[in-house]
Amino acid sequence: MSATSDHTPAYTTTTPAELQRVPLVQNQRSLAWISDKVAGIIEDDAPRWWWYAFIPSFLIATVGFASIGYLITTGVGVWGLNNPVMWGWAIVNFVWWIGIGHAGTLISAILFLLRQKWRTSINRTAEAMTIFAVMCAGIFPAIHVGRVWLVWYPLPIPNANDIWPQFRSPLLWDVFAVSTYFTVSLLFWYMGLIPDLATIRDRLRLQAQHLTGPAAQFINKAKQAVYGFFALGWTGSNRHWSHYEKAYLLLAGLSTPLVLSVHSIVSFDFAVSQVPGWHTTIFPPYFVAGAIFSGFGMVLTLMIPLRSLFKLEEIITERHIELMCKVTLATGSIVGYAYGMEFFIAWYGGNPYELYAFKNRAFGPYWWAYWIMVSCNVISPQFFWFKKIRTNMVAVFVLSIFVNIGMWFERFVIVVTSLHRDFLPSNWGYYSPTLMDVLTYVGTMGFFMTLFLLFIRFLPLIAISEVKGVTPQADPHHELGGAQKEVSH
Amino acid sequence: MSHAYGILAEYDTPAAAMAAAQRVRDAGYTRWDVHTPFPVHGMDAAMGMKNSPVGWFTFLGGLSGYTGGMVMIWYMNAYNYEIVVGGKPMFSGFYAFPVCYELTILLGAFGSIIGMLILNRLPRLHHPLLKNMRFATVTHDKFFVVIQCDDHKYNETQTRTLLQTGAKHIEMVEE
Repeated sequence: MSATSDHTPAYTTTTPAELQRVPLVQNQRSLAWISDKVAGIIEDDAPRWWWYAFIPSFLIATVGFASIGYLITTGVGVWGLNNPVMWGWAIVNFVWWIGIGHAGTLISAILFLLRQKWRTSINRTAEAMTIFAVMCAGIFPAIHVGRVWLVWYPLPIPNANDIWPQFRSPLLWDVFAVSTYFTVSLLFWYMGLIPDLATIRDRLRLQAQHLTGPAAQFINKAKQAVYGFFALGWTGSNRHWSHYEKAYLLLAGLSTPLVLSVHSIVSFDFAVSQVPGWHTTIFPPYFVAGAIFSGFGMVLTLMIPLRSLFKLEEIITERHIELMCKVTLATGSIVGYAYGMEFFIAWYGGNPYELYAFKNRAFGPYWWAYWIMVSCNVISPQFFWFKKIRTNMVAVFVLSIFVNIGMWFERFVIVVTSLHRDFLPSNWGYYSPTLMDVLTYVGTMGFFMTLFLLFIRFLPLIAISEVKGVTPQADPHHELGGAQKEVSH
Repeated sequence: MSHAYGILAEYDTPAAAMAAAQRVRDAGYTRWDVHTPFPVHGMDAAMGMKNSPVGWFTFLGGLSGYTGGMVMIWYMNAYNYEIVVGGKPMFSGFYAFPVCYELTILLGAFGSIIGMLILNRLPRLHHPLLKNMRFATVTHDKFFVVIQCDDHKYNETQTRTLLQTGAKHIEMVEE
């Protein structure tokens, strides 16, 4: 570990100063420093703040599952659902959680195909976020069916009358989309973990030499067995890396159409119906952009505290946060454009029901939800035009919270305002959630945080081998990678 | 009595390991490998390796996902138990497409990862190199070239000399 912050660069480049990029790992940290830093997080004892975060999260998750238990034993009447709003918070929360997951796949797959090397510092955590968010999302459709014991009906299994599920329904497409999304995200995440699990295994082996006492040795052996088992016997062989990198590229290539299709299919749940406000062709791209927008909001919400609590500022640099802000700005602007375009089409399309649905959205009984959505989703990302704000971590954190809130309200507006005034005025109603709705939703946040906190305790939260690979020391043609100094021309 | 598995040479930089790999490749060895903490760009060429065939596994997975999905939906909704829904056709490639699209990706992903594991002969939890303590830094910051004793070109002194340049340490690994 010779490289320190006061280390003067051992090389000069011919790139003009204004074209030089901020390095992805600051201060020319050595390869060893990267694994010591990241693996050190899970090797040290849990910091105090971790317990302060974990215990409340776990308790909130418990309350959430208790409220689900109450729902199952009593019936969906414990929620605020009633005619005509038969899709309430359960669907709002489902779409919100699924959307959050999309940033993880965008970072892991699309940015990989686009050769955006900065993704390496954040992809592991973002993918973990995806998996946990999809788990939270999956809870809602499963429990909103009412008779939870019949939730296997959408699986391709004949029921007691030998009837198969009916594939003409977009709800069934959704089952396949979401379960594929979860499985592929998990495979992709696990595959990325294999070399890092081997790093942890090898570190445990080296640490075992200095351990005294049977208890410490036993714990070390047990950890070696678990990490070693999941590392599959990885030896860093280049013959293995060759197949590994090809498979990783292919998984990225498969995940890219997957992530674009998942929220498109979620939007089909609405768009394929005949309800004014839902039956629009703009939904698939608009949902996908919104999903990525909300996902980046959540990544920023998680990353900003994480990098300062674990002192990871040299790996997750200001540049990383800035780039994520730019993606948020781009997708947020697409979402804002879609809001405007929806209104234009409602007017230009000449359908009075459609026009009414949109007027009612902005100025009807749920006007407050609509304008919370617009201020959070359209106005707040526009602050990211300014570099001063993009590099101010407190401002970015606060704005990312607004994005999360705004995107939840977007789903609320779409689901509830389109339903609450349907074709028959005698049928109109006003939907309000009950305490059980709130507890279940907040409970899934506790569940998410519980899983996330366990993840940062037990697995390397930064892709160690990938971050090493983007440093100049990893490049055999770079002087820091051991290449012979060339005579400058 | 344990017998030797091969010669292990340790290097400090990817460039030194790559130079050694080029020498080993040019000397015509076949049972050897380079071990690195991360994939080193250009190492495949330095080792004289061909493009990985993982893509075929992905292709077969994706193909079976798509055709399997189409056949499944046709069988369930148009052959085994027909139910008329909204006057729509019993089978159409359009309504079956979203599900088949997802199944293509699902089985393609399984194909990729299973193909990678098959081609790499993984999982393999016992390996002579994993018993060597010096080798434990391979996932940290060291680069290794290992030539197996059962290589037809193997000769202890000659192989050692070949690996010498740039190496920090050379030792025999036991089976």
